[in-house]
Amino acid sequence: MTTTVVAPRTERQQKPEVSDRAKAETRLGQKLVAPAIVLMLVVTAFPMLRALYLSLFNYSLTAPEDREFVGLSNYATALTDPLFWKTTGVTVLYMLVTVGVELVIGFVFAMVMHRVIFARGVIRTSILIPYGIITVVSGFAWQFAFSFQNGFVNGWLPFLDTDFNWFGDTTPAVIAIMVSEIWKTTPFMSLLLLAGLAQVSEDMIEAAKVDGATWWQRLWKVVLPNMRAAIMVAVLFRALDAYRIFDNIFVMTAGAVNTESISFLTYRQTIEQFQLGIGSALSVLLFLSVLVIAWLIVKLFKVDLASARQEG
Amino acid sequence: MRKVGTLIGCALILVWCLLPVVWIISLSFKSQTAITNGSPGFFPASGDSAGWQNYQDVLDNEQFRRAIFNSIGISLIATLLSVVIATLAAYAIARLEFQGKRFVLTTALAIAMFPVVSLVGPLFDMWRAFGLYDTWPGLIIPYMSFTLPLAIWTLSAFFREIPWEMEQAAQVDGATSWQAFRKVIVPLAAPGVFTAAILTFFFAWNDFVFGISLTSTERARPIPAALSFFVGSDPFNRPASLLAAGAVVSTIPIIIIVLIFQRKIVAGLTSGAVKG
Amino acid sequence: MAAIEMKNIVKKYGDGFPAVNDVSIHVADGEFVILVGPSGCGKSTLLRMIVGLEDITEGEMIIGGKVVNDLAPRDRNLAMVFQNYALYPHLSVYENIAFPLRLAKVDDKTVDEKVREASKTLELDEHLERKPGNLSGGQRQRVAMGRAIVRDADAFLFDEPLSNLDAKLRGQMRSEIARLQKKLGITTVYVTHDQTEAMTLGDRVAVLKRGLLQQLATPRELYNNPGNLFVAGFIGSPPMNFLPATVEGTTVELPFGKVEIPADKAEKAAGKGLLIAGIRPEAFEDASVVDTSSSRTGSTFTATVDVVEWLGNEAYAYIPFEAPPEVREQLEQLERDLDGETLRTQLVIGLSGTTKIAEGDEAEIWVDTSKMHLFDPSTGENLTVDLDDAGEIPANAAKQPATA
Repeated sequence: MTTTVVAPRTERQQKPEVSDRAKAETRLGQKLVAPAIVLMLVVTAFPMLRALYLSLFNYSLTAPEDREFVGLSNYATALTDPLFWKTTGVTVLYMLVTVGVELVIGFVFAMVMHRVIFARGVIRTSILIPYGIITVVSGFAWQFAFSFQNGFVNGWLPFLDTDFNWFGDTTPAVIAIMVSEIWKTTPFMSLLLLAGLAQVSEDMIEAAKVDGATWWQRLWKVVLPNMRAAIMVAVLFRALDAYRIFDNIFVMTAGAVNTESISFLTYRQTIEQFQLGIGSALSVLLFLSVLVIAWLIVKLFKVDLASARQEG
Repeated sequence: MRKVGTLIGCALILVWCLLPVVWIISLSFKSQTAITNGSPGFFPASGDSAGWQNYQDVLDNEQFRRAIFNSIGISLIATLLSVVIATLAAYAIARLEFQGKRFVLTTALAIAMFPVVSLVGPLFDMWRAFGLYDTWPGLIIPYMSFTLPLAIWTLSAFFREIPWEMEQAAQVDGATSWQAFRKVIVPLAAPGVFTAAILTFFFAWNDFVFGISLTSTERARPIPAALSFFVGSDPFNRPASLLAAGAVVSTIPIIIIVLIFQRKIVAGLTSGAVKG
Repeated sequence: MAAIEMKNIVKKYGDGFPAVNDVSIHVADGEFVILVGPSGCGKSTLLRMIVGLEDITEGEMIIGGKVVNDLAPRDRNLAMVFQNYALYPHLSVYENIAFPLRLAKVDDKTVDEKVREASKTLELDEHLERKPGNLSGGQRQRVAMGRAIVRDADAFLFDEPLSNLDAKLRGQMRSEIARLQKKLGITTVYVTHDQTEAMTLGDRVAVLKRGLLQQLATPRELYNNPGNLFVAGFIGSPPMNFLPATVEGTTVELPFGKVEIPADKAEKAAGKGLLIAGIRPEAFEDASVVDTSSSRTGSTFTATVDVVEWLGNEAYAYIPFEAPPEVREQLEQLERDLDGETLRTQLVIGLSGTTKIAEGDEAEIWVDTSKMHLFDPSTGENLTVDLDDAGEIPANAAKQPATA
């Protein structure tokens, strides 16, 4: 079709002719995407702007008439509060550990799924179950599993007392939350990696075999480099998702014993304590930190999203 | 050797994926007295089994029934609308050259990584002002917005795979643009539309943050929120077996969808996220 | 049925580059015209402008006496067979063929009649209920043609329809298309990059190069009287030999020696300095096989044969030669225009299968100089063309696009 490659315009150059067809195409295209754009912006851009605005006020829903403009002091309060930094630290920990573990397990699963010939349907079905299950249900299942009263984990782990309380201290509680998170999201990771694995040509692997590469060398020198794009996309998606961890914490510990994440803190301020001012400031900070993480991953790993998901 | 490895891998996957599911089913058959007294162990001990009692109790619970109804209604409506809107947008992105295409793609990408929690505060405020708080549309609208990016990506990947010639041939054969879209493109993109619908449904069914923030009563509260509020505030002492029964019930629709459509979901996930 | 008249058609894309530049072709009612050229010559663009899938920047497209520049494809009543056939995979063969009729809301009985008739012509009867995905390449090709013939369209358009088939099937489908077109007597425009298809199918052939029409003529005219170096190099297989040549009187000096040419040709080429001589391989022969007493004008020369390919009924001998820089440069440019890779600084000679010439031999070769053409190395123009027998050669054929 009319691939309009617009040449750089100079004063003298005549305007590139845009045919009626191209104009009609633009109009039609814009009409078709309009509903989607409007919907996406109504629910995100508008509330985000409102959050920016509200974050400049001392505003509590319990005392709306006391609303007063306080400038950036909500941000100052948040950023100087050790609680903010502690939750951010815990959140980063959740993100790094879960994504790291998922990457390894997910890759193993992807390899198995790639290889397996028999019972393909069974494997695929079972891997989709954690993906489809409600996160809240996963949280419950694991909370009860780790419970010393009714769970089986203490009984199955020989080095633990049967009355060991996983939710009594930060470290075990964080581990329990991570287990639930990892269980629920590994299938997603492994499906993304499976797609990447499918793009590595068999010929290339066989050529490496003939060239004398061991299994391990083939994996590191042939398979993984050729899956780079898929791995990076999976990491980006999952990291941003993990940074927003909320459901599991809410269900399993309700933020007790310092397991609170930044999302949970924001939620607690706005919805439970009706502190819209400081809550909005936290919302903005949360949004900014997600942007920073996305930027870091893209820069660090040089993920070219455009080429990973683009038309030529 | 390789075969054995694959076999072990398969067994590992099955255990990993199904163990917690079996566990929660097993838990749902433990009696409530056994839970209160403490009943560690994977399967209900003899005498601790409650039979179908927990399921009966859950289904007799008006709030829970209402939550299921809410979840099904809200998820289905959100899915339907989201897929229709995403189909139009994805078609334009895959097929047409127009100004603002980059803007759409960027917006979709930005929203896909948006921290949901940072929106609930302002949305809570706005929805109360518009009278959308604690209503179905109050949840349907955010669900649509947040599933649109994934749906658009998946669908545009499918659209891009349909050869251009197909549509041109239809035009030469005498079809209007709309006829070409409806009679040739939509049938060919049906698997993609379908995948997008399932993924959207999963998202809506799974959502928790909006569910607890934008509802206050059983009028619109979906299942995940209802489950978490099932037992009041103390997270350490819950009627676990009853909750487990509720969890199993809420998972049944997902399992059915997965069983029927697993092939399509896998295809959709892999093509939508990496390639397209 | 309708004639197609292209008047000074120009297609410019956003960057101002003319993909099709001032092309005028008249396709008479019922005529089979081929658009041929290497990739990027604008042939497909031109076809898509006829059918309405591409806007026309300048010029007029007249189909059946009506200007159609602004009509949508569906209002032009043309049928097209696409390169990848564009069969609808979700419809059966029957419904694929019926598709245009369904769009036109034709009643079921007529649809059935027409589809059955088409499927009989194309021998698709036993496949009507199958889906296109289960058909072989040749069958798909026939379904695509079926979709075209049920319509009573004003003209058929083909966009490289055989390029996805293997060589054997291609030959078979080629004759099938030719037969069908003759039977239906429908105006047809056919795009290909394959000169064999062009030569065998077309009533007339339009050779295009970088958006410019080079020559529009019958296959025979193109072969015997190419208008310029490009057409001469494009038509014919194995291709025409190009050698540096200087003319003095009726004597032409070639790298292998001097040969005599007819006086009328010599006259046209007189006083032009260094030229390029074009001689087709079959104009040569092993001098020992030629009946020298024949009345044909010819000369002999001797050369060392590098390689001989013996094919049974015929043989090809290869003789390398050196070319001066001016000629070399022009030949390199020609190769680029033709999408080729090899530089033709070797002479290819077609010999009778009875030849005894072997590799490394100092052979005596006879050449029919009446079939020799002489080209101007700077413009590529054929100086010895017989304009009465060369179809149409547009004046702007040699013009190079400004931005190239």
